[in-house]
Amino acid sequence: MMDELDKKILNRAQLGIPVSDKPFADIAEELGCSEQQILSKLQDMLADGLLSRFGPMYDAASLGGAFTLAAIDVPEHRFDEVTEIVNSFSQVAHNYKRQHQLNMWFVVGTESQQEIDSVIKDIEQQTQLSVLNFPKEEEFYVRLYLPV
Amino acid sequence: MMAQPLMSELQSSHLTVEQYSQLFTAIESGLPLVAQPYLALAEQIGASEEQVIETIKEWQQQGLIRRFGLVIHHRKLGYVANAMVVWDVANEDIERVAELLSQQKVVTLCYRRPRFLPHWPYNLFCMIHGKNRAQVLAQLDEICRVNKLQTIDKKVLFSYKAYKQRGGRYSNTQLNKSATSTAATTTRNK
Repeated sequence: MMDELDKKILNRAQLGIPVSDKPFADIAEELGCSEQQILSKLQDMLADGLLSRFGPMYDAASLGGAFTLAAIDVPEHRFDEVTEIVNSFSQVAHNYKRQHQLNMWFVVGTESQQEIDSVIKDIEQQTQLSVLNFPKEEEFYVRLYLPV
Repeated sequence: MMAQPLMSELQSSHLTVEQYSQLFTAIESGLPLVAQPYLALAEQIGASEEQVIETIKEWQQQGLIRRFGLVIHHRKLGYVANAMVVWDVANEDIERVAELLSQQKVVTLCYRRPRFLPHWPYNLFCMIHGKNRAQVLAQLDEICRVNKLQTIDKKVLFSYKAYKQRGGRYSNTQLNKSATSTAATTTRNK
């Protein structure tokens, strides 16, 4: 069971770790506990699978990649088959089944815009279904912060 | 999967080209949870702690890295309901509505995307994560009530299965081709 300090640490960690010589000491001071407590609790959470790696959140677009959100209206009886085809593309991530006529939603991430177009074309060819392309036109907000 | 940024554009804290590339690869695979993680990185690439911190801060300023953080596995923490909420907002009103949505604690993403008329009139997409569907819907109602957004046509698309999830791993193509293929996994939820 998580105690109050665990929750505070988990919420603080989501906001970003400082880039300084002793980042966990900085956080410890903010939260009023010891650096060692922070480290050992974070290590436990990592071991328990509550946290994934400690690393950078990239802005993929400024690294030169291209991304889009795509959707397909998949006939229910073909859902598994189409899922298999779509997921076989290494450029596809985050494929979700959603409640709508457009019931398959996934992200295509590639190195270039042309590659996005060609992946979409290949998926259409292999599935014989239309893929709707919803490229991001403007980003207003992105921050995954889920307080516990 | 992703091209590495041009050295000339980014290298300015006196790391060698090789160290620069090594650092980029090293942070990508994750930092150690130790008191001085940037010192550990520095030792790995034969640079000083200060050089590493400076370089990473530059990457942050340039917007390559949004921040350093610990990624939570939100499903394990009980955030199992994930709703994509799509809105049909008049073009001239979109900035205002997006601004309001972006201020909501439960909204984690807010983008404008194209409409596909006549079947898809929705041009503003946001994501709401919650512990269950009822909670997400209650939060959405509250957001609409408080911000007077009830008249905007919208749809809530809950996800009911995650077929493929992949953590963001972007790196030098030559150095790390294997990472992207092994990072692809298939997850099924209840």
